Amino acid sequence: MDWAYFLQQLINGLTLGAIYGLIAIGYTMVYGIIGMINFAHGEIYMIGAFHSLITFLICQAAGISGILPLTLLLMLFVSMVLTSIYGWGVERVAYRPLRGSFRLAALISAIGMSIFLQNFVQISQGARVKPMQPLVEGGITLMESANFDVQLSYMQIVIIVLTFVLMVVFSLLIAKTSLGRAQRACEQDRTMAGLLGVNVDRTISTTFVMGAALASVAGMMVTLYYGVIDFYIGFLAGVKAFTAAVLGGIGSLPGAMLGGLLIGLIEAFWSGYLTIEYKDVATFGILVLVLIFRPWGLLGKPEVEKV
Amino acid sequence: MSAALASSRTNGSEVVKELAFFAVIALLMSVMLLGVETVDRPTGLELAVRWDLVLIAIGSTVIGRLGLIFRRESISRLWQAVLITVTAVAVFEMFVRFRELDDRWVSPVVLDMAFGSVVSTILAIAFVVIVFATAYFTMKVQGAVEVDQSKKLSAKIQLTYRSNTKKIGLIGIVFFFIFPLLFGDDRSAIDLATLVMIYIMLGWGLNIVVGLAGLLDLGYVAFYAVGAYSYALLSQNFDLSFWLCLPLAGIFAASFGIILGFPVLRLRGDYLAIVTLGFGEIIRVVLINWYDFTGGPDGISSIERPSFFGLADFSRRVPEGAVSFGDLFGLDYSSMHRLIFLYYLILVLALVTNFVTLRLRKLPIGRAWEALREDEIACRSLGINPTNTKLSAFAIGAMFGGFAGAFFATRQGFISPESFTFLESAVILAIVVLGGMGSQIGVVLAAIVMIGFPEMFRELAEYRMLIFGAGIVAIMLWRPRGLLSFRDPTILLNMSQKEKVAGEIK
Repeated sequence: MDWAYFLQQLINGLTLGAIYGLIAIGYTMVYGIIGMINFAHGEIYMIGAFHSLITFLICQAAGISGILPLTLLLMLFVSMVLTSIYGWGVERVAYRPLRGSFRLAALISAIGMSIFLQNFVQISQGARVKPMQPLVEGGITLMESANFDVQLSYMQIVIIVLTFVLMVVFSLLIAKTSLGRAQRACEQDRTMAGLLGVNVDRTISTTFVMGAALASVAGMMVTLYYGVIDFYIGFLAGVKAFTAAVLGGIGSLPGAMLGGLLIGLIEAFWSGYLTIEYKDVATFGILVLVLIFRPWGLLGKPEVEKV
Repeated sequence: MSAALASSRTNGSEVVKELAFFAVIALLMSVMLLGVETVDRPTGLELAVRWDLVLIAIGSTVIGRLGLIFRRESISRLWQAVLITVTAVAVFEMFVRFRELDDRWVSPVVLDMAFGSVVSTILAIAFVVIVFATAYFTMKVQGAVEVDQSKKLSAKIQLTYRSNTKKIGLIGIVFFFIFPLLFGDDRSAIDLATLVMIYIMLGWGLNIVVGLAGLLDLGYVAFYAVGAYSYALLSQNFDLSFWLCLPLAGIFAASFGIILGFPVLRLRGDYLAIVTLGFGEIIRVVLINWYDFTGGPDGISSIERPSFFGLADFSRRVPEGAVSFGDLFGLDYSSMHRLIFLYYLILVLALVTNFVTLRLRKLPIGRAWEALREDEIACRSLGINPTNTKLSAFAIGAMFGGFAGAFFATRQGFISPESFTFLESAVILAIVVLGGMGSQIGVVLAAIVMIGFPEMFRELAEYRMLIFGAGIVAIMLWRPRGLLSFRDPTILLNMSQKEKVAGEIK
């Protein structure tokens, strides 16, 4: 067993998992509160990636791209704000009128929205792959062995630390603030929460906004980490993030993060040790296994079916 | 206008606030994705600025919102229609400008169109008139008393449809049968009709799973792919004829349905959806990567075309020992013969699917599907085995998907994993849901709307899918239960109640 290689895959997997986890939180929060799969969430993540790329290009044109921390912060901030509005708009246009209608209607509407957003970006920004120069370069060599150096790049550190910080902030938001309380109340019983004075519409909108903000951070990280984006990245990432949310137990915030990390690790190790082509098959295979033996996910609660 | 606002329930400043809010939202949404374009240059990405698009986006949002406010407050119908028309023109302007960096401020595209040439002037006027008329006549009338539900046009249509389902179905079948006689020489019409028919068949197949049994399947395209590849591989490796492979393709697809369904059908709706989606992707990934077996991304080409039931061949140069179709019936060779034959083939296949579904609905198994869709726990307590019942729906649906796949392979003569993406599954599911789940005629209607119209507007090229996506959302918002919502149980205790039930539906 080559430990260096193992360690490297572990690092790569954690980085990837952090990104999936951030997207998965959006799925899990929306599912928890209105019980629908927000199919357009992958597209929101893609829009986040585009927003951060364009912000960077504007910084470059304005000549402030040399000041790295400022550029990164601007990218983060602008992308989060603008993408959140897309999350809000999608809910307002395509889901809110269908709330209370039968379940499939909202899902189909979400699929339509996803197709629309994908093609909107394709038309407005072009279909070609957009390259992005590496902003955060270099890294630490953790371990040197005969044939392999274990690298932990600064970008990976940024991704993992930022994800961790965001997770802490969001957990506190849900646990401590009145907004979080309203959200948990809506999750349990929307009608009752409404009767007790919670503004249900606003709470649901906020949920979408928060999910979109986190997805946009994931989009920015991918832009910086891989250096290429196109209008199609949303679909597969979205499906995998949803898998992560289900794996962790849908409706549970820590579950989504755990699921994301697991999916990232599975993918990294599968590509590292087995075949890279079949890494998606591995992800879905795991999903099927989990659903068969533990349909409520790793951290979720089993749901009691009521008549 | 101010007088109109004064008489309404909302006061002016609130309206202005609302409009300003939406203007800001539109600005923020469009400022980067529309306002800035990333252009590839040899030195890297560069920016090109398109402020005109942002302005149009803001303008159309504000005007459209104002139209909605007018609608909400039931202010002048004329004004509503005018505002909607202006919005439509602005959106159109945006579409035209999208890819062409056009920084003229004085003469927008719409003006160009209106004063360019005679044809374009007529087109521009027609566009405006159509939008205006549609907006004007669908708007709420000021102060109108809410019309009695049963007197509404849509309710009337619904009722007529329900009491004449058989007649409408027959007329439809007759129309599709004489279609080649009407458009026999038009190659593109036959091609389009065949394509629509494939989707009708897929829709009917999926309708068994989604509409009747209530199982949400997002990976139906997997069975379509299994059918297509079964035929292609069997025909290439073992030289089997289409007519032998057709049932085999169905059997293979059904077996895949059973293998997949067995472990996952115990899951609740949404989980089932995501697992089937995953399965669809797995099939595609395997097809791409198993190069030796499936040809990978290159696909399989020169798949054998079907013969006339093994009796005659459709090619121009008939192989040794075979009879050509033309000789068999004493006709001259025409490349249309094969196309028309293929059209009738898929028509018959689709009708078989429909017929089987309609008969199955009357059998205990079909009743069990519908009962399961309505209430699973009740079914269990009555001794219906939910897993087996669901599995049968899944397998039968998969089988028809397999048939359609085999037909697709023989029609195209070339298949590759490209044809079996998630988008296909989404389109088929959208057809079923838009048609009104469980409604057979609804599927036909939805397939024509979803496949026929976009194919006719191929020139719109890149805008096609954009409009397609927006169209799905719009139809869902307009009729959440589908174009022909039809979900009452097939059988009622007292059949004369059916009319009554039909009358009560919105």
